[in-house]
Amino acid sequence: MKIMLNNRKEEFSVTTLTVSEMLEIKKFSFRMRIIKINGVLIPRDKYETTVIREGDDVRMLYLMSGG
Amino acid sequence: MRFSEIEIHLGKFRVGIAGAGGLGSNCAVSLARCGVGTLVIADFDVVETPNLNRQYYFIDQAGMLKTDALRENIARINPAVKVISYNFKLDKSNIPDVFIGCDVIVEAFDSTDMKEMLIETVQLRMPEIPVIIGSGLAGWGHNETIRSRKIDDTLYVCGDESTTADDKMPPMAPRVSIVANMQANTVIEILMKK
Repeated sequence: MKIMLNNRKEEFSVTTLTVSEMLEIKKFSFRMRIIKINGVLIPRDKYETTVIREGDDVRMLYLMSGG
Repeated sequence: MRFSEIEIHLGKFRVGIAGAGGLGSNCAVSLARCGVGTLVIADFDVVETPNLNRQYYFIDQAGMLKTDALRENIARINPAVKVISYNFKLDKSNIPDVFIGCDVIVEAFDSTDMKEMLIETVQLRMPEIPVIIGSGLAGWGHNETIRSRKIDDTLYVCGDESTTADDKMPPMAPRVSIVANMQANTVIEILMKK
């Protein structure tokens, strides 16, 4: 499937992925982050159950400490 | 547009500030100088002298609640600004009540757990209110790495998005206030389009 990840095209060999699987495949290991799919924020406790599908617009940003 | 007209426009809005440390105190002061009508400021902490390397407080305010000290400082700069303050710790259950009616919310926490909690809560429970995140401001130098980015209409991030604050890379006034003022600038940009 093809998705948009932070405004760039990404292609995966599977038809769907959970958010957790996508993070693992992409080796996004930094733990503190915000993920939105098609404009909807996905809370951390939904990473295992939320599915990313063809054409989805996924946006991610990292949260760094300090303020 | 003349500043007198800008000030009248900004006076109609209410901005929430979650945390009154380095990001929150500097951002609040900038918004107050511009004449934003109401600031809703939440922080449970007190001013301590080590905070003064970056936070908009004064040595004689050590020991005061940050919300009280910031209210005092804002009143000395622009007494027309209404300050509503809450001196308790924000959590998932009180955030919607504290920030109800705000036009924009500034995320100004120190810890990433609190940042995540605030962003998740606002985006899920008050999804119409834009949140301006501060992420990556520790250390010094590297002006060119600090940026501002729109994720979508309700989420913006300011900072270098890469440095983590710790003992060897402390947050310091220049970079913290740059990011705080980028957050304030984003708030003004959003409000000026309303």
